[in-house]
Amino acid sequence: MRLWQVSNCAACHQLYGLGGYMGPDLTNVHSAKGEAHIRTFVRYGTGRMPAHELSEEELDALVAFLAWVDASGRSRVPDSAVHWTGTFDIPAR
Amino acid sequence: MSPTHRWHIALALILLLLALVLGVLAAFAYISPSLGDALPFTQLRPAHVSAALFWIITGATAGVLRYKDDVFPLSDRPFLHRAFLFLWTGTLIAVFIAYGLKCFGGREYWEFPPLLAVPMLIAWLLLMADYFRAWLRRAAAPPLYVWMWTTGIVFFLITFIEQNLWQIPWFRDTYMRELTVQWKSNGAMVGAWNQMIYGSALYLMVRIGGDEGIARGPRAFLFWFLGLSNLMFNWGHHLYNAPTAGWIRHVAYGISMAEWILLINIIRGFKGKLDEHRRHKHLTTYRFLIGGEFWVFLNLFLALLMSIPAINRYTHGTHITVAHAMGATIGINTMILLGSVAWMVRVDEDGSPARWIERGRITAMGSLLVFWLALITAGLIKGYRATALGITDHQQLMQPVQPSLVAFTIAGIGVFAGLGVIATCLLMVLRSEDAAHPNTNEP
Repeated sequence: MRLWQVSNCAACHQLYGLGGYMGPDLTNVHSAKGEAHIRTFVRYGTGRMPAHELSEEELDALVAFLAWVDASGRSRVPDSAVHWTGTFDIPAR
Repeated sequence: MSPTHRWHIALALILLLLALVLGVLAAFAYISPSLGDALPFTQLRPAHVSAALFWIITGATAGVLRYKDDVFPLSDRPFLHRAFLFLWTGTLIAVFIAYGLKCFGGREYWEFPPLLAVPMLIAWLLLMADYFRAWLRRAAAPPLYVWMWTTGIVFFLITFIEQNLWQIPWFRDTYMRELTVQWKSNGAMVGAWNQMIYGSALYLMVRIGGDEGIARGPRAFLFWFLGLSNLMFNWGHHLYNAPTAGWIRHVAYGISMAEWILLINIIRGFKGKLDEHRRHKHLTTYRFLIGGEFWVFLNLFLALLMSIPAINRYTHGTHITVAHAMGATIGINTMILLGSVAWMVRVDEDGSPARWIERGRITAMGSLLVFWLALITAGLIKGYRATALGITDHQQLMQPVQPSLVAFTIAGIGVFAGLGVIATCLLMVLRSEDAAHPNTNEP
């Protein structure tokens, strides 16, 4: 979590739809794209995203943080969770 | 007006100008990533957001501390006020230096190194000491705006502390716990400064209309109670999609947005009671308050839709959230605060700046409407593609959104120009007043 904040990832990325709008929501990126995908993007960047000069340990910590967030729930609410009153039925974790 | 009050108002206006410049630069960085080296978005965004938040907080407290001198029968001793301003100004400078050095570490909106929260907290305690020293001399049954200022100041302290609870390891044991506490504090903090700003709006209505009755009686206090309920419980809409405890979602949904409806009713009642002479005498402040009312109406409509979880599912995490935030911070808060500053510096006493301010207000209002609609359009496209079509690839998702973001950037230049003219004129009036009345608290 420290690296997420120190690198100010929230300026561009969201977790649970909360954060910046430049890049994708990363809540479930660990399960959807995998560890190698995260490592490649962080290390080399993209046209929009700067490359981050992180050590192996720091990269491990960032991947572990995203795995921890991923395990907490899903960012997108499925159709089946929408109640007729307009609210959601999402089990608390 | 005393030199301390002038310093406070000038600081607020400078922060507004800074937020405007950084906002335009960040928008260009957002739509044109090739400018990344010249315009680093990861620095511009937090600097813009912090400058905007600091403008609102500094502008709100400038009004409260100025108006308290009129409301509470206590002679002005500016030591605590000056101590607050000295520490507050120094800390804000340190925040922007930290951003310039890419030195981050805090949470969204407060992304500076968390150590800087310590002087900020001490500064707020000094402000509270200054306010409550005078508050102790209040009348037996103070009008509603006094309760609103008091509530806002106390809840800002509470929410500011809550916002830093993440530094205690227990709050980081589970991600849901830490996410819930973070967005509980962020949401409630907005309610805290709204209490201060709406309190000042109500005070100005009383002063302009000459009717103290709108700040007294059960109906007025019912409005305050509902605002307080919103402050304490309506933060849950940030977390509808997260697997938190169900009551958070249901309470936030239930409480919804009654505060806005009552605010419109109060302002409409005020309008009906104004006589023509008084309205013209204080025209600039009145016009800003009416501008705020227009944005309350628009934002109320949007907020009511967004507060329904089934609709929020499409809008959450899209630019519609940004439209709502911009409508609230620029359309409502900034308009009321500029009206408040115009009142404090007595802008209508000199015709020339008042005319330029009106031109700026019309430019800002028109541009903000385009800006707001462009963001809603961008959000509708993104929400539909992500939720209804289930597109997950970010590039594919965002491609059709780009034209709306270009329109948003162009309109943002109009907002920058309009508000920039207003802030510059108000600073010039403040400076000329400084020369005319260097050490007085009275006109």
